[in-house]
Order: sequence, then C-alpha cells, then structure tokens
Amino acid sequence: MIDSIAGGNLVSLATLSQRAIVEVLDTAESFVEVNSRAVKKVPALKGKVIASLFFEESTRTRLSFETAAKRLSADVLSLAVASSSVKKGESLRDTINTIDALGIDAVVMRHSSSGAPVQVSRYVPHVRVINAGDGQHQHPTQGLLDAFTVRQVLAARAGTSGRESGSELFAGLNVLIVGDIRHSRVARSDIEVYTRLGAHVTVAAPGTLLPPDIAQWPVTVATDFDEALATADVVGLLRLQKERGSGAFVPSLGEFTSTFGLTSRRAELLRPETIIMHPGPMNRGVEIDSQVADSSAAVIEQQVRNGVPVRMAVLYLTTAGTTLESGSND
Amino acid sequence: MTNPTLVIRGGLIVGPLESFLGDVLIADGRIVEVGPSVTAPSGALEIDAAGCWVGPGFVDLHTHLREPGKESAETIETGAFAAALGGYSAVVAMPNTEPALDSVAMVGYVLERGKLAAVDVAVAGAITIGRQGEQMAPIAKFAALGVRLFTDDGNGVQDAGLMRRALTYAQPLRVTLAQHCEDESLAQGGSMHEGASSSKLGLIGRPAIAEELMVMRDIELVRLTGCSMHFLHLSTERSIALVLEARAQGLPVTCEVAPHHFTLDETACETFDPEFKVHPPLRTAADVAALRAALRAGVIDAVATDHAPHTPESKDMAFDEAPPGMLGLEQAAGLTLEALGGAEADPQVFFSVLSRGPARVAQMREQDVRVGHSAHGGAVSVGEDANLVVFDPKAPYVVDRDKLASRARNTPYHGRTIHGRARATIVRGRLVQLEGNLQ
Repeated sequence: MIDSIAGGNLVSLATLSQRAIVEVLDTAESFVEVNSRAVKKVPALKGKVIASLFFEESTRTRLSFETAAKRLSADVLSLAVASSSVKKGESLRDTINTIDALGIDAVVMRHSSSGAPVQVSRYVPHVRVINAGDGQHQHPTQGLLDAFTVRQVLAARAGTSGRESGSELFAGLNVLIVGDIRHSRVARSDIEVYTRLGAHVTVAAPGTLLPPDIAQWPVTVATDFDEALATADVVGLLRLQKERGSGAFVPSLGEFTSTFGLTSRRAELLRPETIIMHPGPMNRGVEIDSQVADSSAAVIEQQVRNGVPVRMAVLYLTTAGTTLESGSND
Repeated sequence: MTNPTLVIRGGLIVGPLESFLGDVLIADGRIVEVGPSVTAPSGALEIDAAGCWVGPGFVDLHTHLREPGKESAETIETGAFAAALGGYSAVVAMPNTEPALDSVAMVGYVLERGKLAAVDVAVAGAITIGRQGEQMAPIAKFAALGVRLFTDDGNGVQDAGLMRRALTYAQPLRVTLAQHCEDESLAQGGSMHEGASSSKLGLIGRPAIAEELMVMRDIELVRLTGCSMHFLHLSTERSIALVLEARAQGLPVTCEVAPHHFTLDETACETFDPEFKVHPPLRTAADVAALRAALRAGVIDAVATDHAPHTPESKDMAFDEAPPGMLGLEQAAGLTLEALGGAEADPQVFFSVLSRGPARVAQMREQDVRVGHSAHGGAVSVGEDANLVVFDPKAPYVVDRDKLASRARNTPYHGRTIHGRARATIVRGRLVQLEGNLQ
C-alpha cells in the first residue's frame, strides 16, 4: 500500500492506503474555495506541462481534468486520439514516446484497454501518469470524487468539515452499488475507496453483470434488491452500456429496469437521508428514473462539480514536486 | 563434405531404461560406438560431457516458425537456431503461417526450406483450409509428403461435426489430429485466465471451462472414431485428469504441456505486460502445481514449447490488443528440469518428455515410417541417426532477451536465472551448437 501519491502516479486505487486517500480528499477540500473565487486560478503548477491523452472519447472527464489543470496554471496539451492505437497502426509505446518528446511533466490518459496507463508508466517512467479511466479496470478520480462528495454531504449534516472528520464518517456506512459491476471501472474504484475508508459495500446486479469471482470481493451481494435499498446510506448507480441489454447479458433493457433500475416506485423504499449518486452520463429511464435523478436526494451535479477540485488535488500532489531534469542542478 | 568424427566424453548416457557413464562416438551421421571408454580416431572433435547428461536430441511438437508471412518475427532459419541452442534436434512447425500450411505448395515450401535449417523441421498441416474450421485441408496429400500431425493451432476446430469428419477421414491414414482446446463461445474476447486476477484487472477472461469442455468433447469423438488425437498445451488440472482417464480406458490420446503453463501463473498478468499474454492463458497456482506434479509422475507425453515469436511493436500494444504467445525454445529444457526437481530430477523422465515422448507422438522415431527427416528420440545406441544433446543439468544462466537466437524478443523469462542448459546439440552427426555458440 502506498501512503501518499505525492510525486507518484495514480493508476489504480487498489494500492492506496486510507491515509493516501484522505490526503487527496483533504487537498481537494482546500481547492474547493479556489473554484468559488472571482479569479479561479492558483500558480501551483505554473510552468508544468500536462498532456491530456484520450484514446477513448469522453467529454465530461476530459473537460474536468483540463479545467483542473488550467486552474493550477499548468499548460495543457490536449491530444484527441479517439481511435485505438491498433487502428492507427502505431504501438502504444511509440505514441507515448512521441508525446513525451514534446516535453511533458504528466499525462492524463483514458484508454479503452485495461492497464494501458500501467504500461505507459513503464514506457515513460519520468512522466507522472494519471489514469482517467482504463477499460474495465479503474477510474481512480471518479472513485475519489465519489468519496469526496459523500464526505462533504455527511460532514455538512454533522456540522463539521470533511477535513475535520477524516475518514470517521465512513465507519459503518452502508454503500449500495447497483448495476453492471462486472464491466465497470467505476465500480472497481468505488469499491476500493469506500472499503478502504471503512464503509460496508453491498452490490446488486443480475448474475451476469457480477464478476465470476464476486465471492472473493470484499463486498456483500444483495439477495433482495428492495431490502438492500431500505438499509442503504448511499446508493451508487452505474451506467448500463446499452449493448449489454441486447440479450447477451440481460434479456432486455426493460427487464433490467424492472429488476435493478432505481425507478421512482422503488425510490420510495429509500430512507429520506439516503444519498443517490451516478457517475454520468445517465441513461434516464434505464438505470434511473428522471424523477429520481432530479430529486433532492440525488447529488449527481455535486459529483460533477467536485470533479474539478479532486482532480486539481490529484494533479497537484502527483506533479507539483517533479522537475524536468536539467544538467545545471548540483 | 563429410562432418568430422565426434566423440562425446564422460557423460551420463541416458537410455530409455537405464543410465551409465561413458562415451559416444559419432561418424557419418550415425552413432558408431557407445561404451565406457571409446577410442576415437585422430582428428576427432572431442566434446567434454563431464557432469552432463547425454541423450537423444529434444523434439518440439509445437514451434511457430512464422515463415512464410511473418519473417519480421521469426524465420525457419532463426527458429531452428533457437531450437539448436535449446538442445532440440527437431521441431514440428505449426501451420498458422500467412498463408496457412493448408496446401501442398505451402507444406512443401516449409519442408524444403527446413532442409537447410540447423535442425530437422517436420510440419504439422492444417486440419481445415485457412484454419477457418469450415472445409477440410488435403490431409491425405499431406500424409503422403510425410506429415503426421494436423492441427488448426491458434484456433480449435469449433464445429463438432467437422471435427468428427476430420477424425474419421484421418483415422485410416495413421496420422494424428492435434487440437488447440478452447471453445471460442466461452473464450472469445478474453485475454487472460478468468479468475481473481482478471476480475481485479478488468480484463475479460478465457475460462478454464473453455479448454476443458473441448477436451471432453474431443475425447468422446476419439472414442467414436478411433482416430489418434494429441492434446496441445493443456493448461488445467482438470484437462490433464480427463486425458489420463481417457488413456486409462485405452483411447489413443496423448498430451503435451508447455513450460510457461507449469512455470508461471495468472498473477504474472497483473503487471499488464503483454509478454505474459498467451492462449490458453497462464492459469492458477493450483494448476501450475498440478502440471508439475503430473510431469514428475511421468504421465505427460511431452513438454512442448508453443514457441511463438512476435515483433516488439506488436507486443507494445495494450494487453487486450497485443497478440498472444511467447518464446520458448531456448529456455524450455531448463524450465522442464526445474519442474522435475532440478539436478536431482530423474533423467529418464527428462528425456522422455523432451525427446522420446514427442518423437513418438510426431512419428519421428527409427521404427516409424518417415519421409525426409532422420530418426529422433532414440536410445543412444549404435547404428542410430546421431541426433543428440549434451545437457548440463547444473549450468546456471540469466535469460537476456537481447541475446536470444530468435529474431523476436518476447520472452517472459527476461532476467530469470535458469539452471540447466544444452552444452552441445548434434543433428545428423553434425555439431550445430556448442556452449551457446552456433557452429
């Protein structure tokens, strides 16, 4: 376990200790204030070059990262590589070496293949690598911003600050994650971050959308979805890829909605204080009804808003301390 | 030009039933004398075999030579060099070239090119045209050229009806069909073993059941047709148990295991390094232990490398985009020795799985009807073709991917210390390799 991401990479939450996670959350909290200023900018990463390298299309995550980098005064090289490296006929190593040759301090990357950021971190060990989502593996900043949002809501209710509370608000918290756990990088990152902070995680999904070895995961599998909803403190929904509903994994999207969708009818089972979350983009009417998504229990927009300070924290911690090697140093 | 007379001095000569210390004299491509101390003619080249095992040259049932089509990864010439360094005197070239070895012309091409190689090159013909699993390849014509093994390796024949017909067609020809057992309806899209590691890594798995189900199916097809069948690179405990059970029932089935499957497990993939991607995939630690136990028990017919060269650029892709396969020829014998217990291993079992067993499966022994290649997997006795290896079971060395004879670099063993290395390889009486140097 790593106790701090300072000066390091962020490719997975699986190797971060509770201390490392809390450090990110606390740092993010100090950046929240920057985002409410008239001049939303601090010079923390002035002179640093951050490449934003998206092999897989994404508008939200990309905008969030680039906004975060700019608010830290970093220069952003934005490179859309929205086709797979195979289709381009160039190896992953060649692609990253080319970008590295431009002179970069960090790369924020998304890739449709699990593990691509891990490989890149081996190809360019002097560059900090921040995973913005890789295949079905990890989406670390989503996990961190989800935990940050939960802590923010709970701290406000308790009349304290997140930083004051550390990880204690997560002790014994019941987090229910619903939907396509098997193919979800968000689920993998969320499960890591919540369990590390002391929460109890339950998952609910059709059998085909659970990983085959779910019994070995540090989670409880809900046998009765409705019952699990009634005892949940946090309900995290996942986007159901539409192609999963074409009969291969579930017979139809309609059947998924009727069995595992958070319909407005089913939302009546929730306690009033239960927090409803979704990483976006939502399939309204599939995993979540519009009325539920727009209700006061849903913190979906707050999650998006928190994406910026959390990503500022990650960029700052990983990249601020690094310097381009220069021969003039003693 | 005739080759110089060779004399191998003072090694442990490993026959099929017993071993003894002595010398082997080789002239005109044959073993001419074996004894405690032979007298060599003047000018004979002496090979010091003190502390070494002397036995029949290794035979690899499963070599991807990549020629024709992927000469940037390997050629028949460079693959044969790798084989010679590994102690092999013969390899069976797999048919998944581009184009596939599915025509008389392509099979003939590889056999002809193979005659110029450092080791004997036999060919496995495709079972179906283009290895597409739809239409049978000219199996009888290939058999007339000397082909004894047939496979669509890389793919298993998915269609049970077609596989049944191929077995029925092949049975009277006295050839063996070899299967890459993975049911694609279960394995498709997967890039590593389905289990705890794949689940954590978010990589789609190729489950054990994909292999085992096809092993079960094919055993029943062998029972039905009576055709002999060889199971390629079995990787799970259950697969081995199924084949052993079928053999105990008298069915004509044989099997091989690959060094990577009894050396590495699924956790190697947790680095996302595509060097560890292979089909069938690296399995669980329990499977590795079961394969090693089966090897030590002497119930496995052959260790086969599945030597699969790939260019660096193709392996510098994301894990799920990179091609499966890894090099094996140069390290296989050392890893086999390690699995059998190191220098304390039973040399009879060692030569059984690396030479005599595979030579039997490939019908390359003296008593087999052979076309175009010498006899392999012999007893190290007078009159035999001199295909021999002098193997040092104690020699330690560190694997360096930049010092391989293979054109490719995709070894999963880079940096690993392996004990046991071929000191000399002799093919048809010619010294092709001595102490790691090609001759």
